[in-house]
Amino acid sequence: MDMVLFPLLSTIIFLPLAVALVLILLPRKNPLLIKVFTLVWTILEFGLSLPLFFQFNEKTAGMQFMENLDWFPEYGIGYVLGADGISMLLVLLTTFLTVLCVLCSWNSITDKVKEYYASFLLLETAMLGALCALDLVLFYIFWELMLVPMYLLIGVWGGPRRIYAAIKFFLFTMVGSVLMLLAIMALYFHFGRDTGLYTFNLLDLYKANIPVMKQYWLFAAFAVSFAIKVPMFPFHTWLPDAHTEAPTAGSVILAGVLLKMGTYGFLRFAIPLFPQAALAATPLISILALVGIIYGAVMCIMQTDMKRLIAYSSVSHLGYVMLGIFAFNMQGLEGGIYQMLNHGISTGGLFLVVGMIYERRHTRMIADFGGLSKVMPRLAVFFMIITLSSIALPGTNGFVGEFLILLGAFRSNISYGVLAATGVILGAVYMLWMFQRVMFGQITKEENRGLKDITKRETVILCAIVFFIFFMGLYSQAFFRKIDATAAGYLQNMQTKIASSNPAGPVPWR
Amino acid sequence: MADYIWLIPCFPALGFIINAFSGRRTSLSFVSWVACLAIFFSFLASLAVFFQFLEMPAAARVFESDLYTWIASGEFRVPIGFRIDALSVIMCLVVTGVGFLIHVYSIGYMHGDPGFKRFFIYMNLFVFMMLLLVTGNNLLLMFVGWEGVGLCSYLLIGFWYEKDSAATAGKKAFIVNRIGDFGFLLGIFLLFVSLGAEGVWTLNFGEIQKSAHLLNGDVVTLITLLFFVGAVGKSAQIPLYVWLPDAMEGPTPVSSLIHAATMVTAGVYMIARLNFLYSMAPETMIIVALIGVLTAFFAASIGFAQNDIKKVLAYSTISQLGFMFVAMGVGAYAAGIFHLMTHAFFKGLLFLGAGSVMHAMSGELDLRNMGGLRKKIPVTYWTFFIACLAISGMPGFSGFFSKDEILWKAFSSSQGHTLIWLLAAVTAGMTAFYMFRLFFTVFHGECRASAETQHHLHESPKVMTIPLTILAFLSLVGGYVGIPSLLGGNNAIEHFLAPVFGSATPASTTAGGLDWIGTAWASTTETAGHDGSLEMTLMAASVMIALFGIALAYILYVKRPELPGLFTATFSRLYRAVHNKYFVDEFYELLFVRGTLKAGALLLKVVDNGMIEGVVNGMAVVVERAGGRLRRLETGYVQEYALAVILGAVIVIGYLVVIPMF
Repeated sequence: MDMVLFPLLSTIIFLPLAVALVLILLPRKNPLLIKVFTLVWTILEFGLSLPLFFQFNEKTAGMQFMENLDWFPEYGIGYVLGADGISMLLVLLTTFLTVLCVLCSWNSITDKVKEYYASFLLLETAMLGALCALDLVLFYIFWELMLVPMYLLIGVWGGPRRIYAAIKFFLFTMVGSVLMLLAIMALYFHFGRDTGLYTFNLLDLYKANIPVMKQYWLFAAFAVSFAIKVPMFPFHTWLPDAHTEAPTAGSVILAGVLLKMGTYGFLRFAIPLFPQAALAATPLISILALVGIIYGAVMCIMQTDMKRLIAYSSVSHLGYVMLGIFAFNMQGLEGGIYQMLNHGISTGGLFLVVGMIYERRHTRMIADFGGLSKVMPRLAVFFMIITLSSIALPGTNGFVGEFLILLGAFRSNISYGVLAATGVILGAVYMLWMFQRVMFGQITKEENRGLKDITKRETVILCAIVFFIFFMGLYSQAFFRKIDATAAGYLQNMQTKIASSNPAGPVPWR
Repeated sequence: MADYIWLIPCFPALGFIINAFSGRRTSLSFVSWVACLAIFFSFLASLAVFFQFLEMPAAARVFESDLYTWIASGEFRVPIGFRIDALSVIMCLVVTGVGFLIHVYSIGYMHGDPGFKRFFIYMNLFVFMMLLLVTGNNLLLMFVGWEGVGLCSYLLIGFWYEKDSAATAGKKAFIVNRIGDFGFLLGIFLLFVSLGAEGVWTLNFGEIQKSAHLLNGDVVTLITLLFFVGAVGKSAQIPLYVWLPDAMEGPTPVSSLIHAATMVTAGVYMIARLNFLYSMAPETMIIVALIGVLTAFFAASIGFAQNDIKKVLAYSTISQLGFMFVAMGVGAYAAGIFHLMTHAFFKGLLFLGAGSVMHAMSGELDLRNMGGLRKKIPVTYWTFFIACLAISGMPGFSGFFSKDEILWKAFSSSQGHTLIWLLAAVTAGMTAFYMFRLFFTVFHGECRASAETQHHLHESPKVMTIPLTILAFLSLVGGYVGIPSLLGGNNAIEHFLAPVFGSATPASTTAGGLDWIGTAWASTTETAGHDGSLEMTLMAASVMIALFGIALAYILYVKRPELPGLFTATFSRLYRAVHNKYFVDEFYELLFVRGTLKAGALLLKVVDNGMIEGVVNGMAVVVERAGGRLRRLETGYVQEYALAVILGAVIVIGYLVVIPMF
């Protein structure tokens, strides 16, 4: 828990907000200036987040780059930031994807350009804040703050049914948030009464000793809130609507980062705060995750809209993540964390590709396409690679995550592993079938005959995605080295907590 | 040397990268040179290892080196590492040798195709993946190659993606293979976890072999069965063979390289690689042998009634792969690998010959439109003839030695069975029949092609005929590395492979849940001693059966060509069933494809749109209605508000006053 002199995390978190404020002052008449300004600063922001990766001490499981200031000391609310192996990588994913989001919105957003990029920057600040906050109130503020710009992105710059989708997104998430807020309060008062220390500091609250019955309730409140965000079956129906209506960049960031907030929430809050309850809920959550994997995949097969299909594939992929996390062993946990990153890259990439096609044809229906490989050969190559990453072909990033998750699940419960592995088959079915219907065959629609292949800007975007697909697939050690200590410490903490409160029995998992 | 073995798979990868990133204006000759040289260098490197091995004592013939750690998570630690031993060096030589010839042939065959460059990029990628599969030193790397060759197969089957049938066939191949991979994956998990339970966390082949004895027999049976599911998918055995005939949609050199000579044999290689595990699981061995012999017989019977030249060869490949699995199942690993090699020669040649025929016939595939090509394309004719003799098992040709070795082992090995031998021997005769049916209909009799096609008939260019000739030579002499001692040879290939297979002596007793199968099996097994006269008799018998098949084909398709028509008319129902491949595809389509779609549609309607969205939107409706009702309270009349205030006050006061009274 080294304190750093330079508040790196704060700078990273609030830089986008500052940029957004300056952006508002720029002249509305000059959209190019707005775009270039945003792009340059998001790139700088990404550069600024790189030291997190390179200066990260991979030996320690504790929080790094800590900042700890009093905020409302009378209520025990602090301004506490920190990053471990999990959040550090997610911060990098966020700053990386934001750059691509700005790039991919270049020509597609022509209306209210200034407000659009300002919303995006605000969203970035909120996401980064939620990832680094180690104080429950601070976290909750950032968590709620994420909703507003996302609501606007869908509701203002979205498709025809954007209002319905935006409100649905907002309400679903709010239901969860309210439950979480209640649970945070309950936790605060319990800990205060128990120890005399009234605090929202997460690292202190980790030490709380909560009776098991109470844990169940609190865990359930947190879990519902996060499960909606993931989304886990059966809370997933907001996702297809939100994705379909959101602009491309909105879908990318929604799939890439916002969904991870759910799984991250489980990792950071729900599980370590209430370990016994989490353990008791393992069968339920694992089964819901399994249902999500298989059910999501079957839903994908039925979809006629590309974005809806990819949205359902997220349900399936995030099911893997949850299954891995709740395997409670190294492979499952690390695979789950890795898959969070992978999903950001590959599903983000899929949305980018679909967005590029949509920009040209203004339709997302699979039946409107066919034979695009002929007119867009370069897009076809990128689309193929990203598709393969999504179906976890060895050599791509998807394989490493999925393999470890399946292995972890198999170790914790053989039947979970076997059932989850069927997703390997189904994933190939729906992705390749979509690819075939869109890219292969004869061109059947006249409108498709004149489509232009991807531009230089689009090539740059997809090259960045493909680079990470292969880098993470072939040299995963670069990342696992950063996760190892965190994950090992995480499991260790859980074991000691369970063991200390339950001295009679051994730890009931392998 | 050991430090450089990664070069073998590296060359094709380089070729792939150079061609993939070369600009759009690169000349076609540059592309083909890069692609062919990449494979050739890899072949030279394999040869270098091979000759190095010959100078080393047999037991020391293993090169192993790890490049870097690929994935490490807790106890799970897997490197990118390579292992070359007697088995993998043979595989490397076959893959790069035959692969090189097919690459050269493709320069001519693919000439003028707009996807020329893309073709060679995929082909190099394929060879890279295949080499990864055979040189990886651990199961996970093997799996990488395994899925990688599947990907290339998908890309190359659907090479002419504008054709719907091609794109569909590619997808089918990938998905059916994934079903097999599902088994492979679970096999890896189970092996890793079971060994881990004994304190050995590894996926490295050498280390698995060292600790395999720690495993309990039932677990090994299950593990080997799971791996076999993978092999069944990749090597197109019953019930997952359905993708291979469809895979013929790809360009013919692809069928030759991937769907005959190399990729489809990966399942055989996998069992050979894991022979020490299979030898511990006699029940699995029985299943392997049974599936193998049934597939061999079944596919051969379908081959009788196909009119598409490539489809006949595809079913023949399935059938021959069945033979290799028989070898694996009876513990004759070396014989299986031997047949794998000779099969790569003659089946690769048959496909290339078929390609040459198609090239001459303006792309014609239907046997009924061919005939009499003997004079027009002599090189193709003679090389095809040699390949047909080899696959039929004529004495002196390569197929004879390898097939007979398998038949003999099927009969004599303690894992073998007379019935397996009988079925396999009959299949060998059927093979001779349908191959010569093909041969005679294509090359003999009257030419039935259109005048237009006949006008364009021509022999293929040198770049295609030279590979044909070399492969014909190999089909002729390739068997001499495995002449059995009975015929005065020393079975060199078996000796060469002994360090890999030698230690694997099939367990005779078992202690497992499947015990009863083993017992029932053993009781009927004739444990024939190594009796020379018996072996000779069997050999003669199988040659007679093959000769009979050829003679029958000669009578039916050259002497009395009206007979087959008469026959099919008489047994029209049987013929239709066989011609339609026993309707297995239709059955799968109904059961799996339609079934999944039906279930999906139902789930979407009932669960997502019905139940979940019903609840969500239902809540919205309830809130809206309640809001509508509550709104009526807001009437705007001050009197009514005043009344409400008073009522409220009365209730509150009443509550405060009345409650304490109790």
